[in-house]
Amino acid sequence: MKSVIGELSALLKSRKISSVELTKKYISEIEKKNGNLNAYVHLTFDEALKNAENADKLIKEGKGTPLTGIPMTLKDNICTDGILTTCCSKILEGHRPCYDATVWKRLKQCGAVLLGKTNMDEFAMGSASETSCYGAPKNPVDVMRVAGGSSGGGAAAVKAGLAAYALGSDTGGSVRQPAAFCGTVGFKPTYGAISRYGLIAYASSFDQIGILSAGVEDAAEIYNAVCGADEYDMTCCPRNMPEIKPEVDVKGLKIGIAEEFYKGLDSEIRAAVDRAVAVYEKAGAEIMLVKLPSLEYVLPVYYILACAEASSNLGRYDGIRYGSRAENYSGVDEMITITRSQGFGKEVQKRIMLGTYVLSGGYSDAYYKKARVLREHIKAEFNSVFGLCDVLLAPTVPQTAFPLGYSGGNPIETYLSDICTVPANIAGLPAVSVPCGVDGKGLPIGLQIIGDRFNESAVLSAALFAEKSGICDIDGGVL
Amino acid sequence: MKYEMNCGLETHVELATETKIFCSCTTRFGGAPNTHCCPICTGQPGVLPFLNKKATEFAVRAGLAVGCKVNTVTHMDRKNYCYPDLPKAYQISQLDKPLSYGGFIELDSGKKIGITRIHIEEDAGKLVHERGNTFVDYNRGGVPLIEIVSEPDISSAAEAREYAEKLQLIMRYIGVSDCKMQEGSMRCDVNVSLCPAGSGKLGVRTEIKNMNSLSFMEKAIEYECERQAEILDEGGVIEQATLRFDEHTGETYVMRTKEDAQDYRYFPEPDILTVIIPEETVERIKSELPELPFDKMRRYTDELGINAKNARLMCRYKNLCLWFESALSYGASVKHSVNLITGVIFSFLSTEENKEKFDLNLTAAEFAKLVKYLDEGKITVSVAQSALLQMLQSGKCVNEFITEDVLLGTSDGELEKICQDAIAANPQAVADYVGGKEKAIFALYGFIKRATQGKADMNKVNNILSELLNK
Repeated sequence: MKSVIGELSALLKSRKISSVELTKKYISEIEKKNGNLNAYVHLTFDEALKNAENADKLIKEGKGTPLTGIPMTLKDNICTDGILTTCCSKILEGHRPCYDATVWKRLKQCGAVLLGKTNMDEFAMGSASETSCYGAPKNPVDVMRVAGGSSGGGAAAVKAGLAAYALGSDTGGSVRQPAAFCGTVGFKPTYGAISRYGLIAYASSFDQIGILSAGVEDAAEIYNAVCGADEYDMTCCPRNMPEIKPEVDVKGLKIGIAEEFYKGLDSEIRAAVDRAVAVYEKAGAEIMLVKLPSLEYVLPVYYILACAEASSNLGRYDGIRYGSRAENYSGVDEMITITRSQGFGKEVQKRIMLGTYVLSGGYSDAYYKKARVLREHIKAEFNSVFGLCDVLLAPTVPQTAFPLGYSGGNPIETYLSDICTVPANIAGLPAVSVPCGVDGKGLPIGLQIIGDRFNESAVLSAALFAEKSGICDIDGGVL
Repeated sequence: MKYEMNCGLETHVELATETKIFCSCTTRFGGAPNTHCCPICTGQPGVLPFLNKKATEFAVRAGLAVGCKVNTVTHMDRKNYCYPDLPKAYQISQLDKPLSYGGFIELDSGKKIGITRIHIEEDAGKLVHERGNTFVDYNRGGVPLIEIVSEPDISSAAEAREYAEKLQLIMRYIGVSDCKMQEGSMRCDVNVSLCPAGSGKLGVRTEIKNMNSLSFMEKAIEYECERQAEILDEGGVIEQATLRFDEHTGETYVMRTKEDAQDYRYFPEPDILTVIIPEETVERIKSELPELPFDKMRRYTDELGINAKNARLMCRYKNLCLWFESALSYGASVKHSVNLITGVIFSFLSTEENKEKFDLNLTAAEFAKLVKYLDEGKITVSVAQSALLQMLQSGKCVNEFITEDVLLGTSDGELEKICQDAIAANPQAVADYVGGKEKAIFALYGFIKRATQGKADMNKVNNILSELLNK
């Protein structure tokens, strides 16, 4: 694993290569490989070359930052002014937003180069990116397998070297899980650390923009550029964040291990995580066992609350103002019904129905309200655990990348595979997935590091240790 | 009457903030369709609301003005329903913790109508039906509203009207809304139920939606009351329903019944964290509240000695009161000021709207100068009236119109001389008058007016004449 951004940025700064040349290289890679990988769903090469020219100017004027001129990509649910943003859903076919998401505004100011928009599960609902209306992206490690989801396209692009980094979104693990499946770094910061303005909502109280990168220092660099207060997002932390500089030293770091994360775990994954823990211990970290008994409830809590919010968030897609509209209808009610029946895929419809049900009169007390109470309970449990330790180490996913087409036939099993990533979203905690070896088939395994709210620094430092100590022994995607 | 009516009002009032509740678009009324809009108030995918602090402060002000308590820690909720004028398919509103609660409005009779709660929410856009098509205009979407919910304490259409008028007046006074029903910045939903007289139990209610005029509201309540009474008389039961009032037929029609009542699937708005109004802010808003109309009216009658009718008339217009009080501070007398205002100025302004705006070409100081001439007996009431009208029309100052030739230069001695001349010149009239024909004195008045070019103070003239004639 290497710092791709660090390397490219040094080349750009010393003018060994221009951003335009670099961008052209990435473009030719995408042209070669994307047909097979399906990582990108919208290509923005003209925009990229414009961005690159501008970046070259900035560098020439000495106004460059480490992200200036670096080609990257955004998940298809992050709004870009005038550039297709469709959530990989038929209902948003042809949708070009009229404004920029805050993250993209900030990256553009740094001189970032946008290569395109990457594939994802429709409205970020899924664990394999197979609910995308453009078909699933494929895992660069094994193209017969999924890249994970919902930010599968971004993980595949980073892994295959089709972008230096990608921004995704993580509602129940959608950045960390594809990172684990593809063998990249996947970082979900604290809820409220990065503005959600311009991220098309799935479940507002869980959604968080996250980062897919080849190395941990890259993730910190990107995080520093996009985090902090935004007047357009009231749920965003009102403070400006201190710059994160991860450190490799883990001596005295208190690492908690909660057995609840290890239930029903594949033995190869268990072994890989245990091996990683031993490396930390050897370097002087203090390992302790902690208890999180309420993890038993995280999946029902997550699916009830996330679907409830989704049912409301997705109510606006009625064919009136944007996106696709039914062709034959009589009256506005029928127009809306047909538009939604044709525009939303099966998984999205399922979650809207589930969410509508748990919020309806007579059921809301039994489901929605109870789930909210449990959510507070889970948060409190994490709070007390972080009184004891600095970070938790856990697997990211209980299995490695599954074959294409598998998740559709095994929906419950697929939902269950979110068990290790969902807790961080329920409690709004920062969490990162880094590679920690491969299974017998050579498929990457993810190690997850979870920290207390706004303790990004501890999480990324522990992750950097994993990278430098050789725990992550898979190369990141570098040109 | 066999039945008693219980009526409650839900009044929507648009707040007069400059910008919308969740974005910085203007709240100005009118404008070409969809020009006061942005990604946020049209509910574009990915946008988030940011709560306008001013809107919450206005709502708190409204609450405090009607004696409500304030929830200093509260939150917003989502009310989900699908309609083309609601771009997000949910309205951000408040369900279980309104910004303020537990106030009242006192009617002239002394009866108090309880105010259950006041909460903030966003307005929806508007559907426009034209050329066989339906269009939607989102200019109004996201304009901040407060919903003021009354207790079902109202027992007649007239009380409902009085409650609404008082509410309207208070909201205008404290500057939170212009409450123009014709422009929709104030709208009422009315709940009506009947119960057997004296039973004290609430009957099944119907709700008449969206009344945009007070007289239609009165008519609708009266009609609905009769309709329900007829059903009950025949032994029928009232079905809980939402009704629409047809202004042309004067009847109510069912829009939907309880069975197809909407399930709004309320839940706490995840995009807006807790809404906190610090105690200091509440205290500041309280201290900034102006004198309220009914306190002012009491002061006008009790302290200034204005009669109740004029006090009520004047207190309907806050700007006028400010102007009037300023004139008093320049030394104008209450009596003459009030007479000139209710006489000349009201007829000059003519429309309700102009009186409400009270945008005069005349400063209170200049008005006070004119009143003082009158107070000091230097001009007559009719001179003052015509000078005032000319000042209002021209915007010129008092000196332009109160010139030497209108000033009552005539000394008392001179006036007495003229009166003597009048008596001498009209022997027949004098004889008639002394003989008991009181009207005969008008002949003398006419002589004196001609001789003084109308500048004589007729009160003085009267005194002098009666003295001379009774000798």
